[in-house]
Amino acid sequence: MHALEIQGLGKTYKNGKTALNDVSLTVPQGSFFALLGPNGAGKSTMINVLADTVRPTSGQVSLFGHDLFADRGWCKRRMGVVPQEIAFDPFFTPIEVLRFTSGLFGCKPDKAWIDELLERLELTEHCSKNTRQLSGGMRRRLLVAQALVHRPELVILDEPTAGVDVELRRRLWGFMRELNGKGITILLTTHYLDEAEELCDQVAIIDKGNLLTAKPMKQLIQDVASSHLWLNYAKTIALSEDDKSALAAYDPRTSETGVCLKLGRLEDGNSTFHQAYEAAVARFGPPIDAGVRSEDLEDVFLRLTGKGGVVS
Amino acid sequence: MKPINFLGTKTLFKREVRRFLKVKMQTVVTPAMTALIYLLIFRYAMGDRLVPGLDIDYFTFLVPGLAMMAMLQNAFANTSSSMIMGKVMGMHIYLLMAPLSAVEVVFAFLAAAVVRAVIVAVVFLGVLAPFVDIALLHPGVILLYGVSGSIIMGGLGLISGMWAKDFDNIAMVTNFVILPLTFLSGVFYSVKQMPAIWQQVNYINPFFYLTDGFRFGFLGVGDTNPYASMGIVLGSVVVTILACWMLWHRGWRMKE
Repeated sequence: MHALEIQGLGKTYKNGKTALNDVSLTVPQGSFFALLGPNGAGKSTMINVLADTVRPTSGQVSLFGHDLFADRGWCKRRMGVVPQEIAFDPFFTPIEVLRFTSGLFGCKPDKAWIDELLERLELTEHCSKNTRQLSGGMRRRLLVAQALVHRPELVILDEPTAGVDVELRRRLWGFMRELNGKGITILLTTHYLDEAEELCDQVAIIDKGNLLTAKPMKQLIQDVASSHLWLNYAKTIALSEDDKSALAAYDPRTSETGVCLKLGRLEDGNSTFHQAYEAAVARFGPPIDAGVRSEDLEDVFLRLTGKGGVVS
Repeated sequence: MKPINFLGTKTLFKREVRRFLKVKMQTVVTPAMTALIYLLIFRYAMGDRLVPGLDIDYFTFLVPGLAMMAMLQNAFANTSSSMIMGKVMGMHIYLLMAPLSAVEVVFAFLAAAVVRAVIVAVVFLGVLAPFVDIALLHPGVILLYGVSGSIIMGGLGLISGMWAKDFDNIAMVTNFVILPLTFLSGVFYSVKQMPAIWQQVNYINPFFYLTDGFRFGFLGVGDTNPYASMGIVLGSVVVTILACWMLWHRGWRMKE
C-alpha cells in the first residue's frame, strides 16, 4: 500500500499563479521520500494541501488508502507536519504546547513519549521555559516534536533543518532515520541535497509546479547522473570546429586550460572513459592531469531544473 | 457520521481558558480595578440621583449594565485576540491541521469566551456587591442573557479574528464597532431618557436587548420586556453560531 497517492493535483492561486500543475506521484509506505525543487517550485503548496491549509484546485489524494478530502479527520490523525515557517505559541511552555498538540489530534498526552521527544530533540532543559525564550533552532525542534507527538504514520517535514546547526541536524536526521526504521513514512523537503541523497530512498523533483521525475534515489542517480572526464593542460585550450566535430560524441567543453568530456556507457555497460581519453590525447596531446567526476544528486537536480548552467 | 473529536475539543477549550488565565492581570484583575474606578466615579459623583422613569438610584442601575458590558467586551477579546495572535505567530495552522471539525472548533472557542465573560462578571459584581443593593431576582434571565451575550460577542470575535490580518484590524473592529455598540446599548442610561430618534437607534442595536435583559434579571425593571426580547437574543445566538460554523468550515481568510 502507498502511504500517499497523489493524482493530478493542481493549485492555481487567486492571483493566477499556478503553483501545482497536474502533479501525480506516489510515496511508498515506509519510505524516506525526498521532495525536491527550487524555491517557488510548488513543494510547500503540495505540503500545505496535504496539511489542509491550502485548498487544491483539482486532483485526488489518498493517504494509506483513504481519500484525504473525504476523510480528513482519519487522515489528519495519521499525519504530522513540520511547517516551513517557525510558529510558536507565546503563552505556553514547550511541554504545554506538546500536551495541547497531542490533545488536539485526539491523543491523550503520553508523558513518556513527550519526555522522549523533548530529550531526543534536546529540549528537556528548556521544557519549562516560555516559548518566547527559545532560540530559533529550539523553536524549530519544537515544531518537529509537535509533528511527532501524536505518533503519526506519515511525517511531513518542510525544510525542518533550516537554521539548525550542523551537529544538531545530524542528530535530528539520526532520529528521523530511526523512526523510518520503525516503519514511519517520511516525506522531506530540504535544500541540503547531500542530506537528501544520504537519507532518502525515494526522490521526486518538481519545478514550476510540474513533476520532473519521481523514482528510487539509486535509480535516479544510475539513470540520470552522468560522469565527466576532466583533462588539464599547461596551455589554454580553445576548441576549433575540427575539435568539436571530432569530440562531438563527448559533448566537449573547455575552461581555460581544462577540457571536459561527457562520458557515456558502451553496449557492454563499460564507460567510454578510454575512448574519450584517447580522443582528447589525439587532439590536444597528453594532459598534465586528468580525472573523472560523477554527478551527484545536486548536479542532477541543477541540470533537471535548469538552474545549473555548465556543470563544473 | 464522522466520529466526534471529544478530546480535541476539550483540549482546545482548555487551551483557550489557560491562555486567558495566564494573563490574569489583564483578564481578571483589570475588571476588579475597573469596578473600583466606576464605584469612585459614579457612586459618589452621582449620589442618590434616580434614573427617570425607573425609580431606581443611578449607581444601582449602572452596575448590571457595566457587568454586561465587561462580559461582552471580554468575550470578544478572548476569541479575537486568540485568533489574531495565532495568525500573526503562525499557530493557527495547528487548528487547521488538527482533526477538528468546524463545529468542534467553534464550540471550544465560544465555550472559553463564555467562561472568561462569566469570571469577569463574577469578579466585577463581587467587588461592587458590598456597595450596591442588587439581588439575583431572576437568575434564569441573568444566565440566559449573560451566556447569550457572551456567545454572540465570542462569535463576533472569532469572525473578526478570521477576517483580520493584523492587530490593527482587530483594534479597528474593537474601537469602531464593538465599543460604540456596547457603550450605546443602554449601559449608562435608560432609553426613556433619550430623544425619540435615539430611542429608535437603540432598538436596532442588538446589544441594547442584552444589556436591558441582563439588568432586568438583577433589578426586575428595564426598558423592554426581557421575555419578549428573548426571541431576538436567541435568534442572534443562532445566527452568530451558524455564521462562525460556515466561515470556519469554508476556511474563510484562513486557507488559501
